[in-house]
Amino acid sequence: MVSPSYYLTLSAILFGLGVIGFLFKRNVITLFMSIELMLNAVNLAFVTFSRQWSELSGQVYVFFVIIVAAAEAAVGLAIIILLARNRQTLNVERINLLKL
Amino acid sequence: MTLELGLFVVLAAVAIAGAISLILARHPIRSALSLIVVMVALAGLYLLQGADFIAAVQVIVYAGAIMVLFVFVIMLLNAGEEERTSWSRMAHYAGIPLAIYLTVQFAWWVADGASALGLPTAPAESESTRRLAHLLFREFVLPFELTAILILVAILGTVVLGRRES
Amino acid sequence: MTLFEAHPLLLVALVKTGILLFLALTAVAYLSWFERKVVGHIQSRLGPYRVGPHGLLQPLADGLKFLFKEGVEPQGADRLVYYLAPFLALSLALSGLAVIPFGPAEVEIFGVRTTLAVAEVELGLLFLFAITALGVYGVALAGWASNSKYALMGGLRSSAQMISYEISLTLSVIGVVLLAGSFNLREIVAAQQGYWFGAVPRWFLIPQLVGFLCYFTSAIAETNRAPFDLPEAETELVAGFHTEYSSFQFAMFFMAEYTAMVITSCLATLLFLGGWESPLPTTGAWAWTVYLPTVVLSGGCVLLLVDALRHHRGWARGVLALLGVLLGGAAWAVAQPAIHPLVQGPFWFLTKVFLLLFVYVWVRGTLPRFRYDKLMAFGWKVLLPVATLNALVTALVVLLRESGSLAGGLR
Repeated sequence: MVSPSYYLTLSAILFGLGVIGFLFKRNVITLFMSIELMLNAVNLAFVTFSRQWSELSGQVYVFFVIIVAAAEAAVGLAIIILLARNRQTLNVERINLLKL
Repeated sequence: MTLELGLFVVLAAVAIAGAISLILARHPIRSALSLIVVMVALAGLYLLQGADFIAAVQVIVYAGAIMVLFVFVIMLLNAGEEERTSWSRMAHYAGIPLAIYLTVQFAWWVADGASALGLPTAPAESESTRRLAHLLFREFVLPFELTAILILVAILGTVVLGRRES
Repeated sequence: MTLFEAHPLLLVALVKTGILLFLALTAVAYLSWFERKVVGHIQSRLGPYRVGPHGLLQPLADGLKFLFKEGVEPQGADRLVYYLAPFLALSLALSGLAVIPFGPAEVEIFGVRTTLAVAEVELGLLFLFAITALGVYGVALAGWASNSKYALMGGLRSSAQMISYEISLTLSVIGVVLLAGSFNLREIVAAQQGYWFGAVPRWFLIPQLVGFLCYFTSAIAETNRAPFDLPEAETELVAGFHTEYSSFQFAMFFMAEYTAMVITSCLATLLFLGGWESPLPTTGAWAWTVYLPTVVLSGGCVLLLVDALRHHRGWARGVLALLGVLLGGAAWAVAQPAIHPLVQGPFWFLTKVFLLLFVYVWVRGTLPRFRYDKLMAFGWKVLLPVATLNALVTALVVLLRESGSLAGGLR
């Protein structure tokens, strides 16, 4: 039987890697993907605890996180497309003026 | 080394390799592919813990629909390789060691705290889909309906944002 | 103790996978022969007939051609993704075959009793949907990695079509899941046992006719087959997402498409056509129907022998006669009481799958192509509402039926 601390450590490592990606990447789409990685890490923690305490509502929360991530990805990517259209770049360092 | 531990190690290694590849890749399409690998590995980990339905939903919705959206946008915007500016180089040299230290420290704290947890009390149950559905449509029916409205709002928002100014 | 001795099921799974892969790849190769022959005859011509008797060696010749052809890699293509895409498409399509149960019987391999499916998965239906969802990547990445306008457009259109019809595919099946009460493919087939009025089989085709039609149409669109094959038709975007692929990678896409056809036909059989249940009763006055596999196989044997002796000369005559004798031997073996109950389920299953594959090929030869915008409009504006309504009405009927028999509502 694999101890839940293994899963939680993996979740922490993935979350940390997501934070590193978010802080250091320049492409706006890759930033967004790092956020998704963080959400996935949290989902893993939810499922682990749901099994630990036989509390099925942990899986319900995972379900909701996935749905909200879907809605967020749709709107976020639409915003990114607009951003690329208006600023002609996907590099966050160059998107630093409120008005063109 | 039981089969379960072996599977955990393999899937965890694949997930971490995918996450590192996400960060190190210079082209966004490689990052997207790495993230898909991470998601499928995580679905395998959910299966290992007995969360069948969530594993299926993760692959169908997250890896099979949301990431397709990402891949589409990358293809449409013809995103190229990332450029290395002076700011980004400085951030890399100063920041990466610190960030790695923070991640390792965080994982260490979690491992330390979680080792106090024993093994799960009850074995993984079957028929979990039915019980999950009962939970979802009774105790959590209000959030469920709210997410339906949320998705409707997201669709409307995306359509409005995607309209060309005439 | 080796890994296999500790976990004998692993060895059994490997053996079953090997057998299934061999059968599936052969079936896919001869499905292409079947399609070319049938479409040819629909178009008043013969189809392949030169390579071996009746063109039966055509798949072999095509396979050899694909192996020896030069692989051309476009300049500027992303190499990892370019070589990954066909591999992804084919491996995903083939892994879908792992959860399909072929019959109710149990066999013994290496002393372990197992069922006629590679893997018994509780959520088998969801697994197949997951495979379908991931199959979009093979197409999208192939289109993108080729560094070519036609391929990119074809890939985008094809993958947009696939994800649109995936939704109506999933929704049209919800009615069946509600009626059967489970995602497990064996239980869904078990729920279709028995007969109404002693004569009409209880297949879900009858209460879920709308669902079946929605499912089949969505399946044709999902696998990019005619009449929904605009993104890959030769007269349109050159060849769509697989324009820049040649030799073995093209063969992989080709095989992936046919394997997807086979999987969706198998799924339709399991969900709507009763899987391995015989349409004719097998007891009482109808007890002779259990010998139908023998009858069919011996019919094939006779046909092959007559054809060999009348129409062919030389080695073709020998090969066909040999095949005929083999079929005769199989017919005799199947009639033996030991093997007999084992063969019943797979025989009916494969017959129904074959009929559905014939419908696929028939539809390809008969219907004109949809234009892309009409195709998308049809998927979103017609199939999706119809599938949703089907799910709603089925849910209502199931609810009313259950609340009539359960006291106190849904407790």
